[in-house]
Amino acid sequence: MSALLSLAGIRKSFGDHEVLAGIDLDVAEHEVVALVGASGSGKSTLLRCINLLEQIDDGRILLAGEDISDPRVAADRVRARIGVVFQHYNLFPHLNVLDNVTLAARHVHRLPAADARRKGMDLLERIGLGAKAREFPDRLSGGQQQRVAIVRALATDPALLLLDEITSALDPELVGEVLDLVRELKGQGTTIVMATHEMAFARDVADRVVFLDSGTIVEQGHPDAFFGAPQHERTRRFLARVRH
Amino acid sequence: MTAPSALELERRAFRAKRSRRSIWISVGSTLVFAALVWVGVVSTPGWHAVQQSFFDPGTAAKAVPAVLKGLWLNIRVLFVSAACVLVLSVLLAALRTLRGAVFFPIRAAVAIYTDLFRGLPLLIVLYLVGFGIPALGFFPRMPAGFWGTAAIVVTYTAYVSEVFRAGMEAVHPSQRLAARALGLGYWQTQRLVILPQALRKVTPALMNDFVSMQKDVGLISVLGAVDAVRAAQIQVSLSYNFTPYLVAGLAFVVLAVPMVRLTDWYTAKLQRREQMGGVV
Repeated sequence: MSALLSLAGIRKSFGDHEVLAGIDLDVAEHEVVALVGASGSGKSTLLRCINLLEQIDDGRILLAGEDISDPRVAADRVRARIGVVFQHYNLFPHLNVLDNVTLAARHVHRLPAADARRKGMDLLERIGLGAKAREFPDRLSGGQQQRVAIVRALATDPALLLLDEITSALDPELVGEVLDLVRELKGQGTTIVMATHEMAFARDVADRVVFLDSGTIVEQGHPDAFFGAPQHERTRRFLARVRH
Repeated sequence: MTAPSALELERRAFRAKRSRRSIWISVGSTLVFAALVWVGVVSTPGWHAVQQSFFDPGTAAKAVPAVLKGLWLNIRVLFVSAACVLVLSVLLAALRTLRGAVFFPIRAAVAIYTDLFRGLPLLIVLYLVGFGIPALGFFPRMPAGFWGTAAIVVTYTAYVSEVFRAGMEAVHPSQRLAARALGLGYWQTQRLVILPQALRKVTPALMNDFVSMQKDVGLISVLGAVDAVRAAQIQVSLSYNFTPYLVAGLAFVVLAVPMVRLTDWYTAKLQRREQMGGVV
């Protein structure tokens, strides 16, 4: 079985600064991959390249065997198959919670409004926010907003879910509820690539941890091996720094 | 709820007393100021003549029906213009935000249009559109009110499209990112995500432009349309008295006041929402 997502030789520079210096990474279906590394190591840029929000300078991105880095591919159609959750939630402040969740279903996937609403309500009920469906995002706590953002990304049944440091902007006591939801998604078999600073969570949930430094993959492996016996000096230094 | 402490009750009593006192002071100072202005104006040497030619109750009463009939034309022109300006401005603002080399001619044309018509005095646009275009002989004969409306629309669209553009650019880029990440296309993002948020941001500015449009519709009288101003002019020439102008002026003020108050109220409301919780 070939990988759901396959990255080969991905390069990306902003001006003189090379953010991604040749990334090779395969992600299997149902796999949860955690990208870890210091700020500026290229984690977020890599996620944005996968979703075609940034244009890569070289390399190839295959999604379910299709080369999505080909400029002839319709980017909107590709993005519709990939869900993204951002650090700052980026909910639409002029739409209520339910409309946020159903926007893509109605306008991208052309689901009838009633079906989209039923599905959106269903998802909101599942995360315990059914009662907030008619509220506007600014009436919700950060943790609730981020859970809505996750549900918004899931509402169109994406093949792949990208999580970009989704707990970094949250108060510590709100992190748990968001991580619990991610854990539940893993249980349902969702394929996830997530950039994260939560080492304990990466260890707990990820099938594989990938350590990025200066735009290259330094080391990757099963969480137990990665955190228990890191092979590279740079990995050890990074882990020593984030552990306290 | 627990009963307030004696300390809090004493503070509340003091605040109530202080606000009663400031109300009396403001009422008193307003009355004194108004009286001073009144006495000042009335004691000028030419007051008697001015009173007769500008404040004659008999002439005013006779002018009211004609002026109101004219005002009805202003009101129709106002609402038709406002609707056209709104639609055209959004369209132009969206065109101006287009990216890509292919759209350069469109962006340039819109930029030239907005620069030109924000610079041209409305009165000159009225003459050009109202007398110039009919003289081409290409269009069927239209009433002066029609050309007046057209002139107001081209002038105000230039202003209002810039207001919209500023509003669209003020929506945080992360909103566009989130919309595109969901698979929404460029125009879907503009329509469903950017424009509704921009509209909220620019509503006070738009209302303000509407207020200014309310009085500028009076300028269509230069094309010969019998609006409130032209009706007043006719009354003036019949009575040899300027009071009808005052009647027309007051009619415009009365027309504007609700919108002015609404604008101020809404702007203050937005401001309160943004600075929640402070007393300064």
